[in-house]
Amino acid sequence: MDDIDRKIINSLQGDFPIADHPYQIVAQRLDITEDELLKRLGILLENRTLTRFGPMYDIQKLGGSFSLCAIRVPPDRFKEVTEIVNSFSEVAHNYERDHEFNMWYVLATESLAQIDITNQAIEEKTGLKVYNMPKIQEFFVGLHFEA
Amino acid sequence: MDDLDRRIITATQAGLPLVKEPYQAIAQQLNIEPELLQQRMQIMLEQGQIRRIGAVPNHYKLGYRANAMSVWNVPDEMIAELGHQLGALSFVSHCYERPRFLPEWPYNLFAMLHGKSKHEVAEKVQEIINLLGEHCAGYELLYSKNILKKTGLRLKN
Repeated sequence: MDDIDRKIINSLQGDFPIADHPYQIVAQRLDITEDELLKRLGILLENRTLTRFGPMYDIQKLGGSFSLCAIRVPPDRFKEVTEIVNSFSEVAHNYERDHEFNMWYVLATESLAQIDITNQAIEEKTGLKVYNMPKIQEFFVGLHFEA
Repeated sequence: MDDLDRRIITATQAGLPLVKEPYQAIAQQLNIEPELLQQRMQIMLEQGQIRRIGAVPNHYKLGYRANAMSVWNVPDEMIAELGHQLGALSFVSHCYERPRFLPEWPYNLFAMLHGKSKHEVAEKVQEIINLLGEHCAGYELLYSKNILKKTGLRLKN
């Protein structure tokens, strides 16, 4: 990763234009050619320095629902429970965390009712209690990592 | 959201194509005019259905290896004020109020913290402790150990 890559990463976290030639607009801002920008973006995505490039949708504003849920998984059942939880397509992310509440997953569903339905199914299949922690208020969401 | 918006979302949720005219390419795939696609996406951006258009960096690859979910127990009547203060800190990426489960889970304020080392995160935690002062009745840090799944939003076709 060199200075140009850093400039690309730092400048592309927010406002990619909606226009006929958006890469050309960004390339001009960065003082590089359009071809160079496209080539570098391709490499940054391929080597996973960037995980995604495109529009970020807010599922709640689209009428869908998100919720963060936690399970206290007995350590000897961790692998089995991971397989069960990950098998649900509604589970968008799942993280192991260093705590008694050691499994934290995010449900993304197209309706609020599906959050409860999915969690009930997970409880039945795992025999473990699901702690459903949907956001009550959002104070800030923003990701800006300096490369 | 109508059927066209839905088709636009399913066509773009995995990312924009890396070609000189990306919107034209998607419009062609959806068999609609490029102007209509740009118009619809502009409206979704203005209304917030699209939060932003851009790149999502892999923070591990950028050297942010210490990523902790910090959880705080603060008085419910103070949470809006304190939540906004935490959210304004440069190292906090997400900040939410969430429900408690008493007695085993007393925490109602969640803030994701990112640093290049656990030491750096610890300094940031101290900054939050100082900021919350007497309003903090307890906190914990939950470091991520493993990503078990990460697919992001996927609307079904």
